[in-house]
Amino acid sequence: MNHLPQAWGRPRDDVYGAYDASHLQTSGPQQHTQSPIVTGTSVVAVKFKDGVVIAADNLASYGSLARFTDVKRLRKFNSQVVVGFGGDVSDMQYLDRLLSSLDIRENYSTTETPLNAKNLHTYLSKVMYKRRSDFNPLWNHILVAGLEHENKPFLASVDLLGTTFSSPTLATGFGAHLAQPILRRVVPDEATVESVSREQAVALVKECMKVLFYRDARSLDKYSIAVVTKDGIDLKEDEKLESQSWAFAEGIRGYGTQVN
Amino acid sequence: MTSIGTGYDLSNSVFSPDGRNFQVEYAVKAVENGGTAIGIRCKDGVVLALEKLITSKLLKPGANKRISTIDRNIGVVSSGLLPDGRHFVSRARDEAADWRRSYKAPIPTSALANRMGSYVQAYTLYSSVRPFGVTAIVGGWDLEAEVPVDGQVGSGPSVGSGGKVEGLKHGGPFLYMIEPSGLYWGYYGAATGKGRQSAKSELEKLDLAAGNLTLEEGVKEAARIIYVAHEDSKDKDFELEMTWVSSLAGPTKGRHEEVPKELREEAERLAKKALEGDDDEEEKMEE
Repeated sequence: MNHLPQAWGRPRDDVYGAYDASHLQTSGPQQHTQSPIVTGTSVVAVKFKDGVVIAADNLASYGSLARFTDVKRLRKFNSQVVVGFGGDVSDMQYLDRLLSSLDIRENYSTTETPLNAKNLHTYLSKVMYKRRSDFNPLWNHILVAGLEHENKPFLASVDLLGTTFSSPTLATGFGAHLAQPILRRVVPDEATVESVSREQAVALVKECMKVLFYRDARSLDKYSIAVVTKDGIDLKEDEKLESQSWAFAEGIRGYGTQVN
Repeated sequence: MTSIGTGYDLSNSVFSPDGRNFQVEYAVKAVENGGTAIGIRCKDGVVLALEKLITSKLLKPGANKRISTIDRNIGVVSSGLLPDGRHFVSRARDEAADWRRSYKAPIPTSALANRMGSYVQAYTLYSSVRPFGVTAIVGGWDLEAEVPVDGQVGSGPSVGSGGKVEGLKHGGPFLYMIEPSGLYWGYYGAATGKGRQSAKSELEKLDLAAGNLTLEEGVKEAARIIYVAHEDSKDKDFELEMTWVSSLAGPTKGRHEEVPKELREEAERLAKKALEGDDDEEEKMEE
């Protein structure tokens, strides 16, 4: 440190050259998010006869760097809704605060029925669509898992464009390619949901998390999993993948150090 | 009335030669006619109770709640002009939300009382406004646990720079009363409205400063005190409205909620019984 406070904490001009002031210009068009910065990868979820199972790993990546390894990407809204976030983590934090202020306002009066998963999904879809229409999207792909009226299982997604989609099985990010086929093998349609038990659904989601860890380079073996039923939410935020088997790795050919 | 304004009471914020602000004193008069409201700070929570006078038989019983929730963990009950009370609550909610926007955490009860005290006091300063015609009782539980800031996703360092301070104790039950002048104090037990005198003397008997009264006992005492305070205006019908807020380990899990119907009815039954008992004793003494 020297006797020039204005130079403290800055790259020294004599070492690095003068700072390029063009980075600081205030004129020109206003720019919004062009790409996410710190990101979470897949969220997977499946409906079963009494509720929904949803899971996401605990990693936040900075590009290809595994930057934060204890990030909780499943958020409880109330006793019957869990929201899972893929994509930008800071936008997730913004949405988390937005939802918590919504929850506070909802609870000013106790006489009204609480917001269910369907209500919340509608709300989030409007927020996301508004933001993309402002050319300032929230860079997330969101799964809303929970119960709608008469405690029916509810599962739907909304993405950064405000696109909504609903299905008995859903997965975001890499999971949309890798987990969704596995989920659909067990739960091909809405009619099948009735015959899927809680244990089956949990096992299925855990299997998907394992496959995702095998093949998704932005994933982690620590994950969170939540089961939503009419009895409440069972959220575990510090799960570890069990019984991994990397035997298949030897058979992989065609890239990396093993060219053929 | 000895406090005739003789011209010094026509405009707000004007002192009389002997140093009084009459408009504020008249606002206090408005409060003195309202239904009795009390708050009790117990060792594991706070109870708020209100004698809600029924102004019409056409009103739906149990509807039109008068005790309001601020954020999740604070309740406000007021006595005096109802619309002023509504505005007070609306401002308190804005203050709580504003605090969260700045600090990403719930507002402490003391900070809310401070901000609302300042807000109410500002209405004694200008000729374009009148003072609040309410005295509000603010009760809350500040969370004792280490909670994540809003939107926090990870746990951060457990030790060292940015880590946690060991053994730091914070949180607990808090109770404040804010008057039309903007004056606010913290209380063990607070009472306002028509029956405040008898309510206060009952509160004093509880020895709240000792910190022995549990929340459940507090609920029963609160119900009894409202019934006692109602004795002087027996001809009017009223509904008992009660809310409470406890620790995380307690019945409300740190949230401000209505006292469950069963417990409230039990408390009312005991309150009525206690009153009847008093009457019997009085009769005996007369004999």
